[in-house]
Amino acid sequence: METPAGRVARISSVLGPGDHLGACLARWGIGRMSYMVPAGLYALGNPAAADPILVTANYKMSYDSVRQALVGRNCWLLVLETYGINVWCAAGKGTFGTGELVNRITSSRLANIVSHRRVILPILGAPGVSAHEVARRSGFSVSYAAIRANDLPEYLDKGLTTTPAMQSLNFNFYDRLVLIPVELVLALKSIAVAGGGLFVSFAVTSGLGAGLTAFLGWLGACLAGIVVGPLLLPWLPGRSFAVKGAVAGLVWSVLFFLLVGGQAWGAGPTIAAFLALPAVSAFHTLNFTGCSPYTSRSGVKKEMRMAIPAMGGAVVVSLLVLLVGRFL
Amino acid sequence: MKGFRYLKDVATLNLDQPTCIGCGRCLEVCPHQVFSLVGKQASIVDRDACMECGACALNCPVKAITVDCGVGCASGMINEWLQERKLGKLGGGNCCS
Ligand code: SF4
Ligand code: SF4
Repeated sequence: METPAGRVARISSVLGPGDHLGACLARWGIGRMSYMVPAGLYALGNPAAADPILVTANYKMSYDSVRQALVGRNCWLLVLETYGINVWCAAGKGTFGTGELVNRITSSRLANIVSHRRVILPILGAPGVSAHEVARRSGFSVSYAAIRANDLPEYLDKGLTTTPAMQSLNFNFYDRLVLIPVELVLALKSIAVAGGGLFVSFAVTSGLGAGLTAFLGWLGACLAGIVVGPLLLPWLPGRSFAVKGAVAGLVWSVLFFLLVGGQAWGAGPTIAAFLALPAVSAFHTLNFTGCSPYTSRSGVKKEMRMAIPAMGGAVVVSLLVLLVGRFL
Repeated sequence: MKGFRYLKDVATLNLDQPTCIGCGRCLEVCPHQVFSLVGKQASIVDRDACMECGACALNCPVKAITVDCGVGCASGMINEWLQERKLGKLGGGNCCS
C-alpha cells in the first residue's frame, strides 16, 4: 500500500498450510536458522495514520503468531532484524534491542506514516530494550503490551491496558513439550558418539549382548533427562533441575535393571549403573534450565558448582567400579 | 509463576529505594511480578522469583535497579567458563542459537 513514506508491503493475517508445515519443521530444528522474514514495516489489513504499531522479531514463528492474533484488524507491524531468533532470546542477546528498534523506526520513516508517537512491544522484549532510551533517541514512547501475542486483541480493545493475566508467564505441559524436539536434535550427536563408544567398549570386553545393554541404558538415561525430566518438571521433587533429572534417571535405572534382568549382574555393574545413569539424566535436565523461563543465572551457577562435581564423581566412581570388577 | 519455584536466596537483584521515582516501569516489564508499587515507591516483594533477565534494570529511567544478568543455561555457562580459560567450545546444546 502507498504511504507518505513510500510503499509498505501489505500482509495477510491468515496462515497457509506452508506456514504450519514450516513451523512444525522448525520445531525439530530443521531449517530453523533460515526461518525468518525480512525486517521492516508491514501493513496488516488497511491501517491508517492513527492505527497502532506493533513490534516483533523476524523469527517467522514470532511474526506469524502476531499477525495471526490480529485477524481482521488494521495495524502496522514493525519487524526487527533478530536474525531469525525469537523475541525472548534475541532480547537476551541484545539484537531485539534499543539500537535496532531506534534504527528501524528511523529507516521505516514511521514518523511520516503515523500521527501518534507510540510503539507497542512484547513484554519479553524488555530485557533488550530500554524504553526511556528509545523515547529519547526516536521520540517514540514504548508500551509493553503482553507476554503472549494472542492477548494483543484484548490489550488493544481495552485501550492499551495490560491485565495481570497478560503479564504472567505460563510454562505448561504443552509449552515444555514443544521445546523438546529441538533439544533432542541438538543432543543427537553427543548421544550417538558417546553411546557408540560405550557400545564398542562393552561389546569388545564382554560381548555383543553387554554392548547392546549398555547402549540401551545410556539411551534411556539421556531420554529420561531430555524428555521425561522437562515434561514432568513441576512434579519431580526438589527445586534444583539436576536433582529433578537425577530422580528421573533413578527411576529409569530401576526400570532398566528390571527390564534387562540386572539381578544377574553382580554388585559392580549394578552400583555402576545406579551411579552413572542418574548422573547422565541429571546433566541433561540441568541443561534444560536454558529453556525454562524462571531459572536465574545465579541459580544455575550455584547448581552447577554442586552438580558438575557430583555428576563427574558419580561417573568416575562407576567406571572405577567396573574396571576393578574386571581385573579382580 | 504458579507451580514453579527455583532456588532460594540466589538472585542478585537489588533496588536502591531512595533513587526510585515510582514510575512503575519495573512492574510493567517484570514477567515474574517481583516488584510492587506503594505510593511513589517500588519495592521488591518476591526476590526468589527473579530470573535475572535484566528487563527492570534496563528500563528503570533512574538506574535504581541492579542485577547480574546474562546467559542462564548450563551449556552456555560451560562455554563461557571454557572460553575464559581459552579451552575452546563445547559443541551443540545452545538453546537460543
Ligand atoms: S531481572 Fe527480570 S525477573 Fe528479575 S526482577 Fe527484573 S524484570 Fe523481574
Ligand atoms: S523503574 Fe525504577 S524508578 Fe520506576 S518504579 Fe521501578 S525502581 Fe522506581
